[in-house]
Amino acid sequence: MDLNYTEEQEAFRAEVRSFLADNLPDHIAEKTRLGKQLTKADTEEWNAILNARGWLAANWPKAYGGAEWNAVERQIFEEEACLAHAPRLVPFGLTMLAPVLLAFGSEEQRQRFLPRILSGEDWWCQGYSEPGAGSDLAAVKTRAVLDGDHYVVNGQKTWTTLGQHANWIFCLVRTNTEVKNQAGISFLLIDMNTPGVTVRPIKLIDGDAEVNEVFFDDVRVPVENLVGEQDKGWTYAKYLLTHERTNIAGVGFSDAALATLKHVAANTASGGKPLNQNPHFAARLAQVEIDLMAMRTTNLRVISAAAKGQAPGAESSMLKVKGTLLRQELTSLLRRAAGPDAMPYLPDYLEGGDNVDAMGPEHAASAAPTYFNMRKLSIFGGANEIQRTIISKAILEL
Amino acid sequence: MDFNLTEERTMLQDMLQRFLAERYDHEARRKLLESGTAYDADILNELAELGILGAIFSEEDGGFGGAGFDISVVFEEFGRAGVIEPILASAVLGGSLVAALGNDEQKELIEAVVGGQSVLALAHGEPTARYDLSDVRTTAAADGNAIVLNGTKTHVINGGQAGKLIVSARESGADTDHVGISLFMVSSDAPGVSINAYQNVDGTSAARVDLTDVRLSAADRLGDAGAAFEAIETAIARGTLAVSAEALGAMDAAKDLTVGYLKERKQFGVPIGKFQALQHRMADVLIEIEQARSAVVNLAGHMEADAATRDLHVSATKNLIGRVGTLVAEETIQMHGGIGMTDEYALSHFARRLTMIDHLFGDVDHHLERFIALSAASGGQL
Repeated sequence: MDLNYTEEQEAFRAEVRSFLADNLPDHIAEKTRLGKQLTKADTEEWNAILNARGWLAANWPKAYGGAEWNAVERQIFEEEACLAHAPRLVPFGLTMLAPVLLAFGSEEQRQRFLPRILSGEDWWCQGYSEPGAGSDLAAVKTRAVLDGDHYVVNGQKTWTTLGQHANWIFCLVRTNTEVKNQAGISFLLIDMNTPGVTVRPIKLIDGDAEVNEVFFDDVRVPVENLVGEQDKGWTYAKYLLTHERTNIAGVGFSDAALATLKHVAANTASGGKPLNQNPHFAARLAQVEIDLMAMRTTNLRVISAAAKGQAPGAESSMLKVKGTLLRQELTSLLRRAAGPDAMPYLPDYLEGGDNVDAMGPEHAASAAPTYFNMRKLSIFGGANEIQRTIISKAILEL
Repeated sequence: MDFNLTEERTMLQDMLQRFLAERYDHEARRKLLESGTAYDADILNELAELGILGAIFSEEDGGFGGAGFDISVVFEEFGRAGVIEPILASAVLGGSLVAALGNDEQKELIEAVVGGQSVLALAHGEPTARYDLSDVRTTAAADGNAIVLNGTKTHVINGGQAGKLIVSARESGADTDHVGISLFMVSSDAPGVSINAYQNVDGTSAARVDLTDVRLSAADRLGDAGAAFEAIETAIARGTLAVSAEALGAMDAAKDLTVGYLKERKQFGVPIGKFQALQHRMADVLIEIEQARSAVVNLAGHMEADAATRDLHVSATKNLIGRVGTLVAEETIQMHGGIGMTDEYALSHFARRLTMIDHLFGDVDHHLERFIALSAASGGQL
């Protein structure tokens, strides 16, 4: 056993750190640090900077313009990016669709779509969830019926994250109703500018509208936009979910949140003392830090196995459950640390308005919205209850 | 970064696993405990012959290991099998202190410890100390050339079986000062030493030791006068790693028994493992055990770090092990139902050991508080 990174890995970390110090724009880091919302332009700006360095597509082969990092290198980048307050990369094109195209798509599809993800020409969103389906992904009702050289798509997707910015959506659609649920699904790429596609935002508990409903009304999709074979989409969907799920434990986010929380707790007065000397708060803070220390190692154990070529299977379910619970606890503590200053709702401030003051300390305005927003962690990507079922079946064999 | 054991440690683990699977029968262990015997001397000797005690010591001290990962490999297997032989007391606690502070003559004792011929015990705890390692009120007073010990030592692990006790006593300073504490090697049959041995809830053996005008010479002191505290902290850190790894092994064993039971036991016509309520609880138990495994790796990997870093990991790990150990014990009993509460079934023994380990070297609350203090002292930097 050796808990240290290799010299090469440490050198890589230093390189990442200095790149971030030199290239991450202050106005973007500042928004991320304060939990403010990033605009589409912010995201595109940062993506372009990373792409110029060849670091936007961490897991893609170099031949397609990726960085071809292994799991440990990706983790190092993730940690450093979080600590530098770089924004989270929107995963839909980069880490969800691209691996599916690389594994199952045609060369024509790769040549057509991958460069446009890197250049920012395309913004992808994910059409998996449907009303009434939730984590039961195979309960796809959206129909795609072949009509000549087009599929005609009818149905509705929901919880489509950042769909308001997207011009393409990858969808699970039902192409066969005669077979068992999972056997009749196909994986289809749909241009959102096609007639019949409607996007409607859903305002959420945190006051923001990062998710949408997407409606398909006789939308005609050329057959060349089918990935792989018709009716085999479930295989690709599962591949997307289990093989390319990166940073599932969210350790980098937790590290950054813990650093913020400690800073806040040391600088918030509570009963004449800093909050970190309040025994109840200090105990909760210490316990989450202790759990996170173990989580870092649990994560690295899975990652270093993955870097050696063993695909993480059900272990990623363990990382998801524990990692999301930790992140939620951290946001819960930050909300608590803000005290009464967690109460004002300041959408203009959170939307990044330069001339808008926070009512309390700068970190406090986003504390409650972030806390509420992060309730999603244990719901999306397969609810934590689904993960527990996977663990009990795949690992415990119950 | 490499989370695999070295080849040597993998061999050690395989050998120990095979030996314990063959020779460490739960039924025999239970009968032994019922008879009031503290441990099986034959087993101790066989473990010594296999070199297991040697793994606790560095080459320089007469062993072939001595690092954090050597301790964790051995004790994880002990935990899985429920080993009660006095290796924590003799090799990890007593032996570590002799190795750290002893002169050449005193260190000769280690050979006998490694060989299983000699058993040591650390007599450090006191009635008022709870988990405070510096609370030492037993006195060591000079009387001419002699040193005279007076006081009471409690919860001395294997104190009833040890030939020699390593006794802490205060030569100067106030009751809880770090400075002023010395360690002495005291024969258990020395005049004035009264040992009252008893069995713990988990079947391990401990003793209360009363010292009344026990006369020693300066040659019985380990290291310099009044300067033993750091070595005691180090030995207890090693002991904490040992019981944390032992707890991990016990958790694994309790988990395996429970998963087996969930598949076998039928209610309402189906194996109870088909019920989602139990599947999810078992999944949570598994997740937490993986966290416990990571915590043990963290502590083992920092055992040779500077004391501040090491102790931060000692407290983090022991806090987490205490939480998870209790969870595993309580949940696996619940999932077994009544059978999990019977003495005859191994689960109850793992549950008892897991729960009692929280009372050794500081419990969940003690180590949470200590972690907060250490973290504040280090400026929050890990």
